[in-house]
Amino acid sequence: MRRNKGIVPTSERAFGYGFVSPFFLIFLTFGLFPILYSIYIAFFNWDPLGLHTFVGMQNFQNLLQDDRFWIALRNTLSLWVLSTLPQLFMALGLASLLNRRGLKFAGFWRAAVLVPNVTSVVAVAVIFGSLFGRDFGIVNWLLHFFGIHAIDWTGSPLSSHLQIAAMVAWRWTGYNALIYLAAMQAIPKDRYESAEVDGANAWQQFRYVTVPGIRNTLIFTVTVSTIYGLQIFAEPLILGGVSYSGGDSRQYSTLSLFLFEQAFSEFRFGYAAAVGVVSLFIIAGFSFLNSAITRRLAQGEE
Amino acid sequence: MALTFGRRAKQAKTSGDARGFTYFALAIFVFVCIFPFYWMFVVASNDSSVISAYPPHVMPGPNLMTTINSVFKVVPFHKALLNSLLISTIVAASQVFFSTLAGYAFSKLRFAGKRLMFGFILFTMMIPGQLGIVPLYLLMSKLHWVDSLQAVIVPGLVSAFGVFWMRQTITGEIPDELIQAARMDGAGVWRIYRSIVMPIIKPTALVLGLFSFLASWNDFIWPLLVLNSPEHFTVQVAIKQLRAAYFIDYAAQMGGSFLATIPLLILFVLVARRLVSGVMEGAVKG
Repeated sequence: MRRNKGIVPTSERAFGYGFVSPFFLIFLTFGLFPILYSIYIAFFNWDPLGLHTFVGMQNFQNLLQDDRFWIALRNTLSLWVLSTLPQLFMALGLASLLNRRGLKFAGFWRAAVLVPNVTSVVAVAVIFGSLFGRDFGIVNWLLHFFGIHAIDWTGSPLSSHLQIAAMVAWRWTGYNALIYLAAMQAIPKDRYESAEVDGANAWQQFRYVTVPGIRNTLIFTVTVSTIYGLQIFAEPLILGGVSYSGGDSRQYSTLSLFLFEQAFSEFRFGYAAAVGVVSLFIIAGFSFLNSAITRRLAQGEE
Repeated sequence: MALTFGRRAKQAKTSGDARGFTYFALAIFVFVCIFPFYWMFVVASNDSSVISAYPPHVMPGPNLMTTINSVFKVVPFHKALLNSLLISTIVAASQVFFSTLAGYAFSKLRFAGKRLMFGFILFTMMIPGQLGIVPLYLLMSKLHWVDSLQAVIVPGLVSAFGVFWMRQTITGEIPDELIQAARMDGAGVWRIYRSIVMPIIKPTALVLGLFSFLASWNDFIWPLLVLNSPEHFTVQVAIKQLRAAYFIDYAAQMGGSFLATIPLLILFVLVARRLVSGVMEGAVKG
């Protein structure tokens, strides 16, 4: 790092501000300002046609008594758990396969598992809707070999959430596996050698060398998946039908979908903004909780 | 498995080596990754009666063109593809340009308030963007931008993540001495950006561009809200519309999905290597 406190030429300073200002101009106008304004609106009864009445905490109080909010919150959390945890474990497994010594066609395998990530998200939702069809879907056809018959995947909250979790896992497992693979390759080889000398088997090596070695990456992926998972929108909207209510019994309604529904099909902007503010706190809380838990779990026993 | 035949016999097999099981498990993973694309093609190329067959019909049929025609009856899909291409290209190019500029300034230029500004950027990366969607819509209607492509393009022109990533890349790959030497030779700030910084970080900047392109292509909630007339739809909104119109007819929906996916698969084949190394590099640096 350069630390000389010499005289900085005016032109350098001007260029400095000039180079960062496009970012700040656009970000402040179209990114930060709407977010701050959203927090302001949340305290109003904000009618899009022009009537704005200050109502204090009323929107938040109503929210706590609104069953639809609690359903949306339940769905969001259930989707987050179902789509994040199994997916990250699968990604870990896939990464350790890709990390095997002497793996042939490594480039091909790496590219192939990334394909699902490079697709149109709405198209994927349509495809999965068909794969999980009740009467003619391929998933039910496969399940009937195991004696499970004609599940109506869209019918109940749990099955519809599993369907979405499968979709999220399909899109992101390969991506996260590559991230884990990169971190695994950065672990010094001699740690494995000394573990082997100590008689550690494959699982023990994985548990006591690999997992602690990629701890920071684990925290990173859990945080990113949480921020993404708690904002899930496209998948439940497409699978839940055509309205923003998220299905007959609101089994697909997430916090994002609920916000959208309140704002743009019921035109309660203030109430929708309140949903956004509460979501922000939930996401922040979970990100914090997550990194604390992951940190603890990934700690290697000495 | 035949794949393991060429293995070097000298090395003793240890628990970390690739073996038959490794290839078997990877093959299953890859099959699961690829199958939905194949299924999409099967459904899009058959007529609806074949789709409601039990056990499911898994062979492609002759009906792809008919399906694609029924797609075009509902939405001008070629327009949606062009709109998505236009939006994503502008967004990607602009994010690369502004992110490298700001990244360069944060890494190599001296100006007051630099640390504070960069800290602010890091902080904002944690805030979910959806939170501001209602006021952003109000802003767009004030600007009379609702139902226009710039409503989607302009908010996407910059990215906090891009600035962060390019700043890390420039700091890691370009030594200060190189910048100082160029200064001694009389090169100005702009000249250094163009002739030294950009050529060195080009591979990473390209990956940033790819990520921005894909993220913008897949953006759904905001275009769905702000674009109303079919000739302004992006691909994602067009498929949504198709689903509303042909709710029973999976073939037509799949036809749209097929049209939306093919360009990305072609792009993927062209850039797969860079994308893989980009994902892996980002992991180590982030």
